[in-house]
Amino acid sequence: MDTQQQLQQAFSDALGIPPEKVTDGLTYNTIPEWDSTAHMVLIAELENVFDVMLDTDDIIDMSSVAQAKLILQKYDVTFV
Amino acid sequence: MFPGYPTDLFDLPVYGLARAEKQAMLNGVLQQLTAYHYRHCQAYQQMIDCSPFDFRNAAGDAQLPVAARLFKDLELASIHPTQVFRQMRSSGTSGQASKIALDGESARRQSQVLVKILQSWLGKQRRPMLLIDAPSTIKKAGSMTARAAGLQGVSLFGRHHCYALDDDMQLNVERVLAFCRQYEQQPVLIFGFTFLVWQRFIQALMTQGIRVSFSNAILIHGGGWKKMKEQAVTDKTFKAAIRTTLGNVSVHDYYGMVEQTGTIYVQCENGYLHTPVWSDVIIRNANDLSPLEHGESGLIQVNSVLPTSYPGHCILTEDLGTIIGEDDCQCGRLGKYFNVHGRVPKAQVKGCSDTFS
Repeated sequence: MDTQQQLQQAFSDALGIPPEKVTDGLTYNTIPEWDSTAHMVLIAELENVFDVMLDTDDIIDMSSVAQAKLILQKYDVTFV
Repeated sequence: MFPGYPTDLFDLPVYGLARAEKQAMLNGVLQQLTAYHYRHCQAYQQMIDCSPFDFRNAAGDAQLPVAARLFKDLELASIHPTQVFRQMRSSGTSGQASKIALDGESARRQSQVLVKILQSWLGKQRRPMLLIDAPSTIKKAGSMTARAAGLQGVSLFGRHHCYALDDDMQLNVERVLAFCRQYEQQPVLIFGFTFLVWQRFIQALMTQGIRVSFSNAILIHGGGWKKMKEQAVTDKTFKAAIRTTLGNVSVHDYYGMVEQTGTIYVQCENGYLHTPVWSDVIIRNANDLSPLEHGESGLIQVNSVLPTSYPGHCILTEDLGTIIGEDDCQCGRLGKYFNVHGRVPKAQVKGCSDTFS
């Protein structure tokens, strides 16, 4: 699995939605599955999958799948 | 959308703006908020219109406050019902609950500001976190209680979250001890509501003769002292019992309310509550509502720049407090600092509304 697929899988597992629904444009609080409770599950999942430690700014800034990629890139995760 | 926020308002240092600059900023925003709610909330407009008060010529700190209890009696909102993203309600077990309507933008702004305030006490890094509550508290459906909002907001600062209580609100000793064994030597965050921390956690540990020795923990707690006072527990005895039972814990009370979620007042090392840059407190005489000097005890009014979806930017609470000073606390934080003494005795808050029934 490349990092793009890992990211899709992490979102899919944490939010309980099919991987094909995980697109760059998917945004926090626009689907019932991605609410503030699921957001914390998602953060823990991303930390596990990519072996990073996210801080509180990252959690607040992670408002979309596209943003998640930008934030993970700060921690040297690359997406092609 | 409310157009009146200066650019970079939410990037201001939390406790770094001195009086003149802070009051100038607040005056501008609060006055515009009054004008905005006057246009968007009919009940608020009627309240303003039936008083001789002219908000257009009044400074921000002289804007007419809305009595907190009106949020229990009325549905005060400046947004259309279809725009309501979340309804908040107070967790009070007795009587009616306040109902606060938030749109998506307000909810987002509240968490943003809460995070900024807490970051200045906790740093940006997240810590292993012990929550003195039950997992079911945030899972309850329907509108969100202040307690759930607090748990959820502060959870951002934690990792490896551990709920200390079971759903029957009893301490799960095994789970707590497992958490302590694993993280005792790390910087840990403990969060909970004051009375739950006292009765369900500290007292339960003491009864069972259990002691833990955290090397570097911070406890944030809030929700009021009413039940603590009934048991004659003071801030001092509370802190002492925590250190005896849990080890090296720095303890910070906070004051806040569902009517102004986000702008909380956190207690410093010297025992005073501090106003962040986005909010302010005014103490008023309980008999004629005139503003009082620092050092005098009276009703607490809270002003906040955050409420745009409901007219809650200036609220007169039913709590009594005293402002100690402004910009000169020994802890170095700027802004007013104050103490809360508790609720107004019930007999005093009976209004005259009965005369109309």
